[in-house]
Amino acid sequence: MTTRMLTISGLAKQFVLHLQASQRIDVFQNLDLTVDAGECVVLGGQSGSGKSTLMRAIYGNYKPTEGSIRIHHKGDPVELVGAEPHVILDVRRTTLGYVSQFLRVIPRVTTLDIVAEPLIALGTPEDEARERARILLARLNLPEALWSLPPATFSGGEQQRVNIARGFIRHYPVLLLDEPTASLDKANREVVIALINEAKARGSALVGIFHDQEVRDAVGTRTFDVTQYKEAA
Amino acid sequence: MTPLLSVDAVTFRYGKTLACDRIGFDLHPGEVLGIVGESGSGKTTLLNCLAGRLQPDSGTIRYTRANGEAVDIYRLGEAERRFLARTEWGFVHQTPRDGLRMGVTAGGNVGEPLMAVGNRHYENIRHEAASWLTKVEIDADRIDDRPTTFSGGMQQRLQIARNLVTGPRLVFMDEPTGGLDVSVQARLLDLVRGLVRDLNLSAILVTHDLAVARLLADRLMVMRRGRVVEHGLTDQVLDDPHDAYTQLLVSSVLQT
Amino acid sequence: MNAETQNSARDHTNNPAPDHTNDPAHDPGYNFAYLDEQTKRMIRRGLLKALAIPGYQVPFGSREMPLPYGWGTGGIQVTASVIGADDTLKVIDQGADDTTNAVSIRKFFRRVTGVKTTEKTAEATVIQTRHRIPEAPLREGQILVYQVPIPEPLRWLERRESESRKMHAYAEYGAMHVQLYESIARFGRITTTYDYPVKVADRYLMSPSPTPKFDNPKMHMNPAIQLFGAGREKRLYAVPPYTRVESLAFEDHPFEVQEWDDACALCGDDKSFLDEVVVDDAGTRMFMCSDSDHCRDRRAAGHRGGAEGAAAEALAAMTGGTDDGSNKDRAEDWAKDREAAQ
Repeated sequence: MTTRMLTISGLAKQFVLHLQASQRIDVFQNLDLTVDAGECVVLGGQSGSGKSTLMRAIYGNYKPTEGSIRIHHKGDPVELVGAEPHVILDVRRTTLGYVSQFLRVIPRVTTLDIVAEPLIALGTPEDEARERARILLARLNLPEALWSLPPATFSGGEQQRVNIARGFIRHYPVLLLDEPTASLDKANREVVIALINEAKARGSALVGIFHDQEVRDAVGTRTFDVTQYKEAA
Repeated sequence: MTPLLSVDAVTFRYGKTLACDRIGFDLHPGEVLGIVGESGSGKTTLLNCLAGRLQPDSGTIRYTRANGEAVDIYRLGEAERRFLARTEWGFVHQTPRDGLRMGVTAGGNVGEPLMAVGNRHYENIRHEAASWLTKVEIDADRIDDRPTTFSGGMQQRLQIARNLVTGPRLVFMDEPTGGLDVSVQARLLDLVRGLVRDLNLSAILVTHDLAVARLLADRLMVMRRGRVVEHGLTDQVLDDPHDAYTQLLVSSVLQT
Repeated sequence: MNAETQNSARDHTNNPAPDHTNDPAHDPGYNFAYLDEQTKRMIRRGLLKALAIPGYQVPFGSREMPLPYGWGTGGIQVTASVIGADDTLKVIDQGADDTTNAVSIRKFFRRVTGVKTTEKTAEATVIQTRHRIPEAPLREGQILVYQVPIPEPLRWLERRESESRKMHAYAEYGAMHVQLYESIARFGRITTTYDYPVKVADRYLMSPSPTPKFDNPKMHMNPAIQLFGAGREKRLYAVPPYTRVESLAFEDHPFEVQEWDDACALCGDDKSFLDEVVVDDAGTRMFMCSDSDHCRDRRAAGHRGGAEGAAAEALAAMTGGTDDGSNKDRAEDWAKDREAAQ
């Protein structure tokens, strides 16, 4: 029996916009989802259906209105909804990775160091972490001349690859992928597909949003449609 | 995990004005807490209360010392509290002038905390000072220059070296990038970020700059009129603010 | 003070109306030692506290004195408070008895107390000094009164009095070594030569007043009572007899006193504190003892330095001073002063 890595039950998310006459936006309600090790669950639904919101809620970036998200962390299930910040940070450090669409650039920090950072944070020696970052950046065809530069001035596709390298340098037991191939050409899409499938084979549980049908088919174990949990009322 | 700092119902009044209204939180080892809010929200008053520099009207602040003993910092005598502040804490002022001796060389500024804890070997002190200047990216050749000959960014980095040279466990920072140019800020932020990580420091950072908070803080407390209106993981508070004031604060930031 | 003079001093203070008016040198227009008895008592209370807490600065209500601040008003008030009719007073400025400041203070006390004065360290019971400690060892019963311009050793580091008081209270003295650090960083050695900070009885940091650091070791375990008065700053402090006085230093830069390659041109002493002086219009320079009494004593004992002829005469003239402290002199001085005043 495979390990259940993620158990989401009764999850709801509502935004209240205080600056716009307290307008309420219900994104989803009563959402249940489980993800096992070795699975890649593709989130389905149209744009605006709440796929990204669910992804951010799992990561702890958005605060669910109600419900539960439990993650298999260091051998035990840990509740993320309402967890103390240091618990969420510990989960992110060791268990839960997230490749977003956009890279948050840190001033002055070089591409190589941005990619190596999650490993160094775990205690890997800096030389070894940088070596692994080089291997990954090379695999993603990022020109070596860029490695020692901060990525602030890179193109969208280049930044995206830095982001992917940062997400895959560690073998996260649970990995969230938000449109990781959005601005990539076919060759680099293939590399990302290979990386995802390697992660699956290692037993990572993945949840992803992929707008590209080809990628969905290549990596998805099953599809989970968020739209059905859109509030009816 | 034992909290490093455990704050309960800290209240401070200026006359009838409540500058801090029953503030409570725990800070864990290695955590960086950002306190954000506009001028007059009470964040600097709170920082001074936490750092043992301003006795609150009520409430307790418990600190777990390096030897594992938990102490209520305002129940310690002033001598002991100052000793604690000198040996286990650091305080980075917004204005370097407030945290440096401007008439003393860079080496003397960094060396002073070492001498204050009993180091009496000149060469060792000097060597340690030079090594810290390098760590904060000041050329070690400037060791005998006074801070008056330094740029604002260098002065602030010198102040940070002076605070970290004795290996504190907890550092308080009051708008550390406040008076600096944007490009200089970036360098300082990156430096502080690296030092916090490498030294496994805990820190409490007061800032009105949400970008600074996002870069440095693990979690945020948003203050308004002496009260904490929102408290949580930094990216959660900034990306999914719940309180009306936090939403206003976040939406008021210029995007670039 | 020996036991007898101590008693007489106490009698005097306990009895506000002793009859000193018969002493021809004491101007009857002034209370004994110029200050009123209440003021002297207040200052003595401060001094007792200062002696009880060695090195601690005791605030006191400094009085206006008939000379400007900076001329020794603190030292004079301390002397005035401890001196008794049987005391013998010596006053030195930079080691010499015959400089303007020393002469006028000695004259002042002659006039307002009528006590004997002397230039001989061994004969004095009270010695008021500016910037030196006599070369001759002091003994039990003697009181050395220092004139202090700036009593706060932390002043240059911390300008806020509220903060420097806390630093004293909590013995937060690490910063004091910064001064020495700065000196080594700049000049390769500790260049502080005057007012070199000391730690008293392993507790309080103290400014020894602007005496040369050459004199610092003399403060340590000294049998005499050392009293310090700062008039402008309104502070008293003290080092009781046989008290540890340690000069600050680094392990790898220990405390050292000044040394000279020369010896005194008059008495040949190469161990005493030397002043460099110009002896003629041609700019000839020579070294001589800063302590004029010490130098005279040595010459009287037959010691001779390298100076000859005109240079020796010029130097000897500089050491001046033939004051034997006799009552006859004092009476004449006082009479002249009275005439001048009328």
